[in-house]
Amino acid sequence: MLWTVASMTKAPVNRLIPFSNVDGPGNRFALFLQGCPFSCLFCHNPETIHLCVHCGACVKTCPVGALSRVDEKVIWNREKCVNCDTCIKVCPHLSSPKIRMMSPQEVLSEFEPVASYVRGISVSGGECMLYPQFLSELFALIKAKGKTCLIDSNGFTAFENYPELMSLADGVMLDVKAVDDDFHKKICGVENKTVLHNFSWLLKNQKLEEVRTILYPNYEEENLRTVDFISKRVKNVRYKLLRYRPFGVRSQGIELLGNQTYSLEDAQKLVDLAKSNGASQVVCI
Amino acid sequence: MNQVLQIVQDATLTYHQKVLALARLAEANDHESLPVNDAYVKAKEMGIICDLNEGNTPYRPRYIIPDYRILMQKGCAMLELEAPKDLWEATAALLMMYHHVPSITSFPVFLGNFDELLEPFVLKVSKEEAKKCLRLFLAHIDKTLTDSFVHADLGPKASVTGELILELTEEMNLAMPNLSLKYDPEITPDDFAEKAVSCMLKTSKPSFANHQMFVKEWGEDYAIASCYNGLKIAGGGFTLHRLRLATMAKQAESVEDFFARVLPNYTDLLLNGMEDRIRFIVEQSKWFETDFLAREGFVKMENFTGMFGLVGLAEAVNTLLKIEDPAKGFGYNSEADQLGVRIMEALNDQVNGFKSKYCACTEHHYGLHAQVGIDSDGMDNSPGARIPIGYEPALHQQLNHSTLYHKYFVTGCGDVFKFDQTWFNSTQALLDIIRGAMAKGYRYFSGYNADADVVRVTGYLVKRSEIEKLDANQTSLNNATVFGKGARDGGHALDRRIHDQSSR
Ligand code: SF4
Ligand code: SF4
Repeated sequence: MLWTVASMTKAPVNRLIPFSNVDGPGNRFALFLQGCPFSCLFCHNPETIHLCVHCGACVKTCPVGALSRVDEKVIWNREKCVNCDTCIKVCPHLSSPKIRMMSPQEVLSEFEPVASYVRGISVSGGECMLYPQFLSELFALIKAKGKTCLIDSNGFTAFENYPELMSLADGVMLDVKAVDDDFHKKICGVENKTVLHNFSWLLKNQKLEEVRTILYPNYEEENLRTVDFISKRVKNVRYKLLRYRPFGVRSQGIELLGNQTYSLEDAQKLVDLAKSNGASQVVCI
Repeated sequence: MNQVLQIVQDATLTYHQKVLALARLAEANDHESLPVNDAYVKAKEMGIICDLNEGNTPYRPRYIIPDYRILMQKGCAMLELEAPKDLWEATAALLMMYHHVPSITSFPVFLGNFDELLEPFVLKVSKEEAKKCLRLFLAHIDKTLTDSFVHADLGPKASVTGELILELTEEMNLAMPNLSLKYDPEITPDDFAEKAVSCMLKTSKPSFANHQMFVKEWGEDYAIASCYNGLKIAGGGFTLHRLRLATMAKQAESVEDFFARVLPNYTDLLLNGMEDRIRFIVEQSKWFETDFLAREGFVKMENFTGMFGLVGLAEAVNTLLKIEDPAKGFGYNSEADQLGVRIMEALNDQVNGFKSKYCACTEHHYGLHAQVGIDSDGMDNSPGARIPIGYEPALHQQLNHSTLYHKYFVTGCGDVFKFDQTWFNSTQALLDIIRGAMAKGYRYFSGYNADADVVRVTGYLVKRSEIEKLDANQTSLNNATVFGKGARDGGHALDRRIHDQSSR
């Protein structure tokens, strides 16, 4: 499988955002790593799913010549690139050629100039838990600066297997995309056993920063089951209900879920349910 | 056409605005009161130095910062007011006094620390009554002190008054008064500061003043007045003149020529021009002997200072280094940034080396001021030490860049940022940014949401809907709307970069 090529000290960085107001509480430095074991049909950033296989299909499409082939590898020239995202649109492998292999030290040197403006770092993806060793090393550096470290994860990897990383991390923002396993397989391509196990484990160990559930048009039964299950357990942990939006979703996703945003009225019913189940911090976006 | 008649017939001026314009015209006819220096006049004609149209016969200091606490404690003899006993009396007394506080614009540029002045009275009545009274108070200010340089302060402590003022500011959405929160993360509680952030996004105010920094320079008794001017309470600013550095830099044959000849020469001219004016105000204008504010101790002459302003640091640096593309110059290249620091160091040394006969509160020196520009500056001289509009880098880069310069400007410096809707959901994040910036030496932070009607132009506030009235050849009550229109058209001041949820 592609995502197991993770190096021990470097990780493929899709993007790095110095100030983000949507990746956890307060202002945060957000890091997006490449590669994901899920292939959710509704993914808004499908170009983060796989690592580049260097097929070369994107090279000629770049309007400014920022892509080239050297020794069977596709090389991206960051200075030349104008971020038109043509390469991403044409890539047949749900990938991007605009990936930088970075060491924790290199990430730290990008973090330092903004350190005083942010509460800490949030690492997302793709799925950042494909690179636990990298995360441990990075978090040790960030914690030494007195800043917080959050993991944004789909819960595919069991957190309890990484005690060192979990002692450094301040919390995990966990996606629970569905509690029904068949439905989870249908929309994400994989089973959800570990996700649910992680949910209870993180909750018990007070490492759950936030849980997020997508609300899918035309799947009211599944939405209800997931929201009901989570909201009966989260208590004071922030629970975010994300209304499905078709923006950036690839065609298979649109076929299944449609071209409309999940309605506010329907979402409100689920917010009410979650609150009546005892979830105290429900946010709907 | 005859200038008097032109003013009288101008359809975009209110009655009050016509009176002020006629007064300025009268002053322009006096060529004897202030000493005339040919080199100064020439530099002014060349657009290198500018006296901000302060007039030829100054009859009051430019900015007056009364100590309204005296009014609250003792009342005022001239106004036949005793110390107020309740909130209604207190706000009425303030409104009466505001009417008699002059300034360069003839409107008071400082209304006091609202929460400190009113909190004892607010605590004596129900919240409903307090809110009703404060609503009238703010409405009265907006409709009679019709000038955006009218400024009030809040903080650094949280207070019921402060919360009510923020609530009302959001509900009423008025351009006047301008508002600052004196912000100190060690004193100001987060929830109060976050309310101020959300109010700022909606209404462009309050701005955040770095309380720790101002206290270190001025002591506790400082005011933020007019745009963002740091001055002493019970004092003020005699005058504000400015160097237009970009225009000046064109006179230099080289970087070294700029430092050896051009900069010291014009700096000297400006310092002496300011001193002439200050001496006239103190010694000839009779203001300090005759005005009740001075006679009754609401202000003291020794608490006034001179403000040495500048604009166009960015363009001056780019001109000296022969950089044509602003995206490669000041703000983007360390050689340019370091030259900016060198200019500030040279100015700081020369200005602090000049001894004024007055200005005792600042050890007889003038304070540097990053002037926000005037409508006629166009795009040639960016405000103070700002990166030109349209070339703003990522937010963190812009903030880091600014902290190189803010420390020099004890009488005021700041920048304005425009944010998208997402920040309404993350006021914590914006507060993190403000706090981080201040920890690095950022002096004064202003922001607004891209869709707001009340917008901060360069330092002052106007309503976009009011500018549209002028566009349609109608009057606008606010005297500053016309400056906003000029800055929009000539300086693209409303087109600054919008920072989105993940501000890259
Ligand atoms: S980014 Fe996609 S299209 Fe381009 S070389 Fe890699 S796999 Fe091929
Ligand atoms: S995003 Fe960059 S690399 Fe990709 S096609 Fe556009 S310019 Fe080329």
